[in-house]
Amino acid sequence: MDWGFFAGVAIAGLLAGVMYSLVAIGFVLIYKTSGVLNFAQGAMVLFAALTFVSLNEEGLPFWIAFAVTLAAMVVLGILIEALVLRPLVNQPPITLFMATLGLSYVIEGAAQLFWGTQVHSLDLGIADVPLPLNSILISQFDLFCAGVAGVIVAALTVLFRYTRTGLAFRAAAEDQYAALNTGLRLPRIWATVWAVAGFVSLVAGLLWGARTGVQFSLSLVVLKSLPVLVLGGFDSIAGAIVGGLVIGLTETLAEVYIGPFVGGGIDQWIAYVIALVFLLVRPTGLFGQRSVERV
Amino acid sequence: MMTRLNASQAGAIGLFLVMALVVPLFPSDYIFDAILTPFLAISLAALGLNLLAGYAGQVSLGSAAYMAVGAFTAYNFLLRIPGLPLLAALFLAGLVTAAFGVLFGLPSLRLKGFYLAISTLAAQFFVQWALTNFAWFSGGDTSGVITTPPLFIGPIAIDTSVKRYLLSLFIVALLTLIAARLVAGRTGRELIAIRDNELAARVLGVKILRTKLFACAVSSFYIGVAGALWAFLYLQTVEPAGFDLDRSFEILFVIIIGGLASIRGAFLGAAFIVVLPLLLSRAGAAVFGATFDSGLVDIVEKIILGVLIIGFLRAEPAGLSALIARIPFGRFFAFATTKTTGNFS
Repeated sequence: MDWGFFAGVAIAGLLAGVMYSLVAIGFVLIYKTSGVLNFAQGAMVLFAALTFVSLNEEGLPFWIAFAVTLAAMVVLGILIEALVLRPLVNQPPITLFMATLGLSYVIEGAAQLFWGTQVHSLDLGIADVPLPLNSILISQFDLFCAGVAGVIVAALTVLFRYTRTGLAFRAAAEDQYAALNTGLRLPRIWATVWAVAGFVSLVAGLLWGARTGVQFSLSLVVLKSLPVLVLGGFDSIAGAIVGGLVIGLTETLAEVYIGPFVGGGIDQWIAYVIALVFLLVRPTGLFGQRSVERV
Repeated sequence: MMTRLNASQAGAIGLFLVMALVVPLFPSDYIFDAILTPFLAISLAALGLNLLAGYAGQVSLGSAAYMAVGAFTAYNFLLRIPGLPLLAALFLAGLVTAAFGVLFGLPSLRLKGFYLAISTLAAQFFVQWALTNFAWFSGGDTSGVITTPPLFIGPIAIDTSVKRYLLSLFIVALLTLIAARLVAGRTGRELIAIRDNELAARVLGVKILRTKLFACAVSSFYIGVAGALWAFLYLQTVEPAGFDLDRSFEILFVIIIGGLASIRGAFLGAAFIVVLPLLLSRAGAAVFGATFDSGLVDIVEKIILGVLIIGFLRAEPAGLSALIARIPFGRFFAFATTKTTGNFS
């Protein structure tokens, strides 16, 4: 066995996993505070990336386009809270899940209706030159993504641990009735969380978009993130990172070392099989807190 | 089991008779090929999903995979056993899909809610991959699209639009009546009991394990047969590409719009899903002229569907089925519904 090659594949897998984690963090934020598994996360990634790239192509400079898109995501978050979540409050989780399925259709459709369906290329100005490291090549762009993910996780950790807003988030997550009783405004908290999740989607959308081009398939990253969530636990940001790394690693290794024997393409489902096995053995995930609705 | 039919079941039979005797007089192939045959197949698949999601409360995102299993099973039986009657092949397709459904239904014994929904995605992706990657399933055909063989029921060739429609209708009607009897009886009540409160159901002596797996099996049987009808009688091709995740979502949307835990809900929702894109493209052509972009129709359809899903979940979880029951004529159409709303516990 060629260990140099193995290490190269493993590192590529881990870095691919970071990209999944980026999307999964958005899920975790929303699930943590409102108990909604937001299937529309992928659609939000698409919406954000498409809005940004279209504005950028219209001639707006990077940071202004970024700010405008962020504002759009905040408005989207507030609208979702008012039109979808609040009327469905106290419904069972699966009903909310199906509502976000509908939501993903609306957001995807709206994004394509506004900005068209063509593929945009997105250049963030980061050279994607492979860095040689002892005969292993590491993509510079992937390292950049890992760095961004690290910064986001650190920022969110600070937000949740050390600010009043974060305290309110945690209170809402812990016990909604108690949070209401102490005078916290749950609707406002939810809208804020969705806006923060919108910001994370924007960052994820830019990085994914720079990698794959900004196009409809961006919204399919949601399907890559669900196994990550199952593995890491739905309510743990650290879990989203570790889950992403594990899924990225196994997926890539399996595709390289097992794939050739069965005709390739097993990365389409291997993550789900891992997640399924994990669900049966340890339903709260690696870092999950809340008990899973089990039989 | 053979008690007298109740009024709503009699109404359903009446409606099926009209569809069998009067509708074929319609002088256009288009209405059979583009509307009625796909409508029947989608209805049957939605009915199958509704048995599981609506009655037993287990939402599945893998319906299209089960349809694919049904279609490919029927194809392989017809290919590998010369002289096998078509109806037997369809029945076997249902049985194999049922076995498959029980296998992938095993997680439902431990998981609920969206955990279960996510685990059904495993079936969706795995089946599509397996059917695409192994040429054996396609009988060695590597083109990805297989034309179905000529179909016969006894000496009669199923070779016209009307005949394909009538065969679909016969199968769908038969399975619908069986399902109506099933949910109106003890099994239906047991499924609802499990959905609403599993612990209470267990205390009442419902055998949870057996009932859940039975629901998986029956549901998959229906969806498998629906997949075979879809491939053989509507598309007349067998290909994995048509049974993708979007199809699974479509079937789920049919029952949300039509009405969870309602048999006619599956039909109403299916009618809506089949007719909506046709209406939209007609409307688009009328407004923008013949040159308009058909991609726009898809986008608008998506938005409308999404809004309707949210709207129905918010305002009327029992779907079109409940809306119809409220109009004065509603009793006439009110066949084969139980008086339960599709709420999940």
